[in-house]
This record gives sequence, C-alpha cells and structure tokens, in this order.
Amino acid sequence: MSALEIAAAVRGGERTARAVMEEHLSLIGAREAELHAFNLVTSEQALAAADAVDARVAAGDDPGPLAGVPIALKDNLCTTGIPTTCSSKILAGWKPPYDATVVERLTAAGAISVGKTNLDEFAMGSSTENSAFGPSKNPHDITKVPGGSSGGSAVAVAAGFAPLALGSDTGGSIRQPAALCGVVGVKPTYGRVSRYGLVAFASSLDQIGPFATTVADAAALYEVIAGHDPRDSTSIPEALPPVLPRLGDGVAGLRVGLVTELCQAEGIAPDVAARVAAAAEALSEAGAKVEEVSVPAVIYGLSAYYLIAPAEASSNLARYDGVRYGLRVDAPTTAEMYDRTRTAGFGPEVLRRIMLGTYALSAGYYDAYYGKAQKVRTLIIRDFQAAYERFDVLISPTAPTTAFALGAKADPLAMYLNDICTIPSNLAGHPAMSVPFGSGDDGLPVGVQIMANALDEVTMFQVAATLEGAMA
Amino acid sequence: MTPSTPSPNASVLPEGWGMVIGLEVHCELATATKLFCCCPNHFGDQPNANTCPTCLGLPGSLPMLNEQAVELAMRLGRALNCDVKRSVFSRKNYFYPDQPKDYQVTQYDLPTNLGGHLDLPSGPRIGITRAHIEEDTGKLNHVGGGGRIHDAEHSLVDYNRSGVPLVEIVSEADMRSSEQAKEYANELRAILLATGVSDAKMEEGSMRVDANVSVHHLGEPWGTRCEIKNLNSVRSLGRAIDHEALRQIDLLTNGETVRQETRHWDEASGRTGTLRVKEDADDYRYFPEPDLVPLEPSAADIARIDAALPVLPGARRAALAEAAGVPATAGGVVMAVERGLDHLARAAIGGGADAGRVLTHVEHNLAVDGAETLSPERFGDLVKMETGGELTATQAKTVLAEMVATGGAPAEIAQARGFEALDSSALEGIIDGLIAAHGEEWEQFRSGDDKARGKLSGFFMGKVMQASSGQADGKAATALLRRKAGL
Amino acid sequence: MASLSREEVVHVATLARLELTDEQIDTFTPQLAAILANAADVEALDLDDVPATSHPYPLTNVWRPDVVRHAGVRDAVLAAAPAAQDGMFRVPSVLGDAP
Repeated sequence: MSALEIAAAVRGGERTARAVMEEHLSLIGAREAELHAFNLVTSEQALAAADAVDARVAAGDDPGPLAGVPIALKDNLCTTGIPTTCSSKILAGWKPPYDATVVERLTAAGAISVGKTNLDEFAMGSSTENSAFGPSKNPHDITKVPGGSSGGSAVAVAAGFAPLALGSDTGGSIRQPAALCGVVGVKPTYGRVSRYGLVAFASSLDQIGPFATTVADAAALYEVIAGHDPRDSTSIPEALPPVLPRLGDGVAGLRVGLVTELCQAEGIAPDVAARVAAAAEALSEAGAKVEEVSVPAVIYGLSAYYLIAPAEASSNLARYDGVRYGLRVDAPTTAEMYDRTRTAGFGPEVLRRIMLGTYALSAGYYDAYYGKAQKVRTLIIRDFQAAYERFDVLISPTAPTTAFALGAKADPLAMYLNDICTIPSNLAGHPAMSVPFGSGDDGLPVGVQIMANALDEVTMFQVAATLEGAMA
Repeated sequence: MTPSTPSPNASVLPEGWGMVIGLEVHCELATATKLFCCCPNHFGDQPNANTCPTCLGLPGSLPMLNEQAVELAMRLGRALNCDVKRSVFSRKNYFYPDQPKDYQVTQYDLPTNLGGHLDLPSGPRIGITRAHIEEDTGKLNHVGGGGRIHDAEHSLVDYNRSGVPLVEIVSEADMRSSEQAKEYANELRAILLATGVSDAKMEEGSMRVDANVSVHHLGEPWGTRCEIKNLNSVRSLGRAIDHEALRQIDLLTNGETVRQETRHWDEASGRTGTLRVKEDADDYRYFPEPDLVPLEPSAADIARIDAALPVLPGARRAALAEAAGVPATAGGVVMAVERGLDHLARAAIGGGADAGRVLTHVEHNLAVDGAETLSPERFGDLVKMETGGELTATQAKTVLAEMVATGGAPAEIAQARGFEALDSSALEGIIDGLIAAHGEEWEQFRSGDDKARGKLSGFFMGKVMQASSGQADGKAATALLRRKAGL
Repeated sequence: MASLSREEVVHVATLARLELTDEQIDTFTPQLAAILANAADVEALDLDDVPATSHPYPLTNVWRPDVVRHAGVRDAVLAAAPAAQDGMFRVPSVLGDAP
C-alpha cells in the first residue's frame, strides 16, 4: 500500500493505524538484521502513536493528511528523548531535548516514526559505509551499497519497512541512494524545508527531503514538511503552491533540457546513459519538447563542492568537543580532552573533511580555495539561470552507475565522483529529484534526475509523475 | 572627515616620549532576549537557567536574529556618526569551553557600522573604525587553586551569558594620554546611556574596555602595541595605560623590545602581566555565517533611526554651558547631562536663577532618585530664595531634598520648617553678645595660632547656632566673626 | 599549491583540535593532496569580477521580535552532560585564556 492509500484507509476507518504499524514492524523484524536500515527501531513509541491516531479517528477528530503512515527518519533529525547519533561515535546515545521542525510537522500530520535510519557519519559519504555502526545493504542485492548518505532511509522505503522516509541532501544524499535503491527521492529548493533540528553538515547546502515509492507519496510528504519556519533564518517565506492537485497535469508543451555536461560526465556508465535517453524519449512522446542544453560551469561543481562543504563542516563539527554532550575522552586539561575526544569520536571520512575544510579556510588559503569556490558557485547559478530561461526542467542521470559493491570505492576521490550529477543542484539551490526509470545491465535500478528552477517543485513533480507513468 | 590631531598630553611620560592609544569597547545591548535565541538577556540568575538548544550549541539548533539588537546597534552607529551599511555575520572559529559552538558569530569584513567619530568634551575628535554586532561567550568558574585559571583543578561553565548581544566599538588609535582614554570611555558610556543602547556598567561587565597601547619617541614611528584587558573601571583604564606606557618605555630604554601580546591588568598590584603572546597560530578561519542572511538597512530605516535619536550628551553639554556661561567641561555641566538634569538646569537658569548655584545643586545635592521630576520653576524659586538671603545654603539643601520627595513649593516648605534666615543685623547682635559674654575665648580666637583659632571658631559657631535656633547662615556668621577679630 | 606538505597537515590538525597518529598523517597527507589537486581547475579560474555566493537563495533582514520564551531544557541537558557540577558543565583545567 502506498502512503496515500494507508492514510485514506486510516482516515476512513477501514484500517487501524495499529494494524498498519504492526504489519510494517513485522516486515522490519523479518529483514532488518540483513539490511541494517536502522540505527534504532522505536516500536513501542510507534505503536503508542498509532493508538493515539486511532483514538483521534474514533473521536471524529481530523487525524491529519498522513494519518497512521509509518515513516523512517534519518538519524540526523532531532527527536525529543530518542537517540540521534548521526551514525557517529561522538554522538552515540545523545538524546535531543527537542524535535526538528519536520518531525513536529509529521506528528501534526498524523505520520508515525518507526525509527532512526543509518547514514554515513554526519551525512558524509555516498554508500553508508562511513557509518560508525556498520553499512546498510541494498535490498535489491545485499552485496551492493544502497548509496548514501541517506542509505538507511532509501533501504527502509525500498524494503517496504515504511512507505515514507526523510533524508537530508547536501550533495546528492537523498537522490543518489534513491536511484541506487529504486525509489523516489526529492531535494526541494534550498530553504523550502526548515533545517531546524537537522544536525548540520554544510549549512548552505543541506536540505531535508522525502523518500517514497511513488511520486504522489513523495509529493504528499513534501507538502507536509515544506513551508516557512521562523526558526530557520534561511527558510523561504514565499507561499507554498500545492503539488498534488497538479500532479497529473502532464508535460505537453513543456521544454525539457538534457544537460550535456552531466550526461557526458566522467564515469557515466552506458547503461545509465541509455536509461536517461529513454526517459527523454518518453517525455518527448508525452508531448514535451526535449533538447540538449549546455550548462558549462557544472564541470567545476565537484571541485567547488569539495571545498565549500568541508569548510562549513569543519566549523559545524567544532562543537563536538566533549564539554556539553556526547562522547568525552578524559584528559588532564581541556585542550587535551578536545584533541582526544574528537580524534576518538570521528571516523576517517569525517576527519578527512574536517582537515580539508580547515585547510580551505585557513590563513593564506581562503582566497585560493573557499573564496574561489564561492565564486564558482555564482558561475554555476548563472549558467543554470540561463538554461532555465529556455527550459522548464533539466534532466540528467542521478548517479553515474547502478549500485556498486560494498568496499569497492576505498579511494575517497573515487567515492566523491559518485556525486558528480547531484552536486550542482545543491550549489545552485534549485530543486532536484530522482525518479526510478528501469534498470541497468545488471538488473539494478537506475534513477533519472529532474531539476527545476528555484521554487518550481510543481513542474518537477509533474515531469516525475509522467516518467513514473511511462514505466507503469 | 579629518579628525583634528589630539595634542600630546603625556605628562606621566619622560621627556620626548609619546603614547598612542586605541580602545576596543564591548557593550551588552539592552534587549530582553539574547542575540540569536529567545532566552532572557539577564544577569545574576542561577547557572545555565537562561539557556536553550541554540545558546548551548546543541546539534541541529539554529540562530534567530533579534530585531531589537539590530535596531540598537544601528542606533549606536548613527549616534557615533557611522555609515550604517549592508552587513554580514561571520563565524570566528576557535576552541574554548565558554564558546558553545566553538565558533563565535560576529561581523568581520562587513560590519553594521563603519567609519564614525566621537568628540571628547575637551575637544579632540576620536575616529571610530567600526561598531559591529556579535554574541557574548559563557563564563568559566575556576575551581581549586584559589580560583585562578592556571592553578585550577577544573572549571565549571555557565552559559547564561552565552549569546548575549554585544556591540564592539573599535576606535582609531587617536588618543595620546590616559586622560583622553578616560574621557573617551566616559563619553561613550554617556552616549550608550542616552540612546538606551546599553546600561554600560563597567563594574558588572556590561561595558568592557580593552586598551591598545604603544609608545614612541615623539616624531618617530609608533612602537609595537600591547592590548590590556580586565579593566573594570574608568579609573583602572587610566592607571593601566600609564603603567603600561611606562613599562614599555622602560623596556626600550634598557635596549629590550616590546612583544605584541595581550596583557592582564591587576588592580590590586597596579601592574599588567602577560596573558597571551600573539601567535602565528591565531587563525580564526572567518567565513560568512551560512545560517544567517545579510542585513540591508534601507535609507528609510536610517532616516527613521536618525529622527528618533535623542540630543546627544555633547550637544546637551554645549547648550547648558552656553546658558550657564561656563565651560562645557565644568563639573556641574558634565554631571547635569550625565544625570539627565540639564533640561532642569537650563530651565531654571532661563527663568533667572543664578547659574552657579543651580550647577552647584545639580552637582552636589541632586544625585538622588526623583531629581528629574523637579519642577524647573520651583527649583528656580528655591535658588532665588537662597541668593536673596531668605535661606542659608544648609537650609536650601534641606528644602531641596523635601521638594524632590514631595514636589512641594520651596516657600511653603521653608515656612513649615520655620526656616527664615536671620538678617545681618540680628546676626551681628548675637555675635556682639557672645563676644561680651566670652571675653577670654574671644581673646584667644583673635590672637591664638591656627589650631586654637579653629577650635574656638567651632565654639563660637556652636553658640551662634544655639542662640539663633539654627537659623543663622554659617558662612555669614564665620565671615562676621573673622571681620570683628580683624582677621 | 596543490602539493600539501606533512607539516601543513599537522598544522591543520592542530587548528581543528585533532590528535592524529603518524600513521593517520601519512594516510591523510596524500589523500588531501589528491583532493586539492582535483580542485586545481577551480584554482586556475580567473574570477576577479565574479561575486561570491554564500547563500543559494537570496534573503535579507530576517529577524524575530525581542520576546522572551523559556526553553526549559537546562536540567535534561545537564543530566546528559559528560560531567556536570553545581548546575554547570564541568571541564578539566583550562590552560590559557580565550583569544
């Protein structure tokens, strides 16, 4: 059952939220040990919340648009009294005293958290192998990675543990695992969804977004979590146009640009390229006008991203110092306590990015690295703006290949190249999503990325729905 | 804007030496809440009572800028004649346990206020480099080892002050003596109070002054500067600057060099000591704070702030000084403005009251709550009664206190208290009678040494007051006694 | 500039308050150098006239009213702190003052 079907059944009294939850918990019980989607499954709280939804239905109160829908939350979203670890030893056992805005909104909408999903430590990675608690596995082939960093959320949805999940996307961390696991993953416009309560990786790039099995479910979840929040100063104040009523409007007359530089980027596998070409064809058949378009500056995206994101991360992760919360390794002085706590608490990829970011901001290097990267960001935004003058949406592969084997990419740079198609959207801030579109030569899922102009999620979802329909 | 060069006034320094001073002043803004969260901006509560996820730096928390803090910072900027511009918050990255995020949100290359000036009451114009907004740190309490940082066994951190809004006002190195530095601090404090930007209490730490001091042979380039911290009063500021300048001159005359460092003023010993040597390793890795967006005040915002600015202390002193016919640096003038009594004083003087007596009362008798509620007419009437001989100075002081307390009219209060100054013939009669009755004492008063005369003066004054039931004017009686004794 | 020295790596670790082993330094030095070398395309661009972008969505003057709200999280946070005493966070001795 899709999330919207569950909500309709629960709201209509045809099914209880408890029955829905029990069904999903039993699925989790059957396959979680194998897949490791979760850092924590909160069965008791989930069942209690399901009962509360049922009580609202029984009392005739509106239980909300996502009444009784199980949802998995990436373990970097703050949940009151429930451990939020970022898959890091440094935060193991930390229980936030507050809920993220998205969690508050989900609760108000009647959705029920089933637990906290695994991720690459502090969302740094593209395979979930950087989790301090062990990797998640791709449900389509458990020798393969699910992608990352929101790998656990992608796995949870792909394995049917929950019809919905939330992830965070800093350089592709929703879209890439969605593509590798064969589900829908959405990164809204930067500022559409409040970051309040999202443990920061790179603040100017981070954005929370939905995972779902269908485009309509993803749109429904987006509508619940998006919208202005005064607690996030970068939250967009503009009104949120509803997506669901316009989801079936089709693409007739829409101008679709196939981004040359991303389709021909380093490492794009032929089977993936073929699926993107097929998607272009499908859109064309549905009445869209598809053309190739050049967005020249995106070739600098990876370089700019791997200066900006680590720089912001090096500052955001300074607070893990053993003073107020989380891990402390004792030492005679506070300075030594800092050194030992941080070195013991962070895994190798986090250490690497903290080092890289610290270097990029340090005296004598700021202008050459961080300063330049911010200017490149301007170039990328300009080139996309030019493209959006001629096109309503842009498409490309989401990830260069289908899911790769666990342990296959030990070299950091090789791993970074996975994000080559997704990173430009985080730098530009515009919305982007991945929608499954068939499979590669190995039978594993392939995702197509759809990008739209800032604030134009509606058109992006319409194109996704059309591609989803073409596969049906 | 060319600041006039302040005249060298380094009297404490040996001949041929000069000192150069710049001040950095941190002021807590008088807001209800902290800079980036809704916790109370309040001093003296239980440790960590005023904390939340944001000011504790909990993971996932975000800053929410306080509108009033921006308003007050811009108001101060305009009061200091700054350009109020587009500004951007930056992160200053360094590890220290009083800093809950291990970075401080401040303003770096684009501060809210740039390029102003402050005119000292004595004349010189001191340049203001910038006045930017930033957050305060928490507080460390050192336990064991007598509470001193280096000997403490451990420390306890209280984040109540973490995130309290500050403005840091950085002056140009335009001051040339400790006197000017003290004047600057006092004048800045007066402006902060007048504009309602801060309560500016140095003793409680809501105004903190750091001084950059260097010395040089007059006519030669400036020397290496040291920064002095822990200055808890304007007096300490002056002492510390003079001490530091002399210390540097001592080093230089002994062939040593001055190291660029931060020094700590110890009030008890009257010395500065090394706190921290500036190192190459100081690298704060400033970058624009991605969790906050730029501030862009419009021309209309600035016009609104300008229109709402009160008349500032300098202008008020000038107006009162002109009305009173005294220099703007006169004690009564300075205090009248400091206590907000300059309108009262000007109105009384304007109504014909004697300016000297008006300023004397303001300076010595009106440092009390409620003084600002005095009616200028009645205050003027009191001064006129005093100068007209109807009240003695002592009686006038008593009546004035009651006027402040009750709001009554001076004539009625004087009457109710039976205050009617003796006229001079009655006073002379009393004194003649006393001379006749105490011939021996009178003779000693006339011919004795200073010590004996002082003692006997007290004797006769007591008798005068006794005989007049306290209504004699002490000054007039003393003068009459001395005249009769031929002194 | 892409050639990153071991000394620079050690210096950066100090700034970031990390205590790396020699082995870690040996591993990180070539890895970081390779990542920076990969970013050399950016370094080579002439961007003098291009403004920097620090926020992808341009907003200005975002603030909140100056109204007190008590969070009520103090006790929970202190209870979960690595070390607390007398309502405060306890840390080992602090050598040196804040900058």
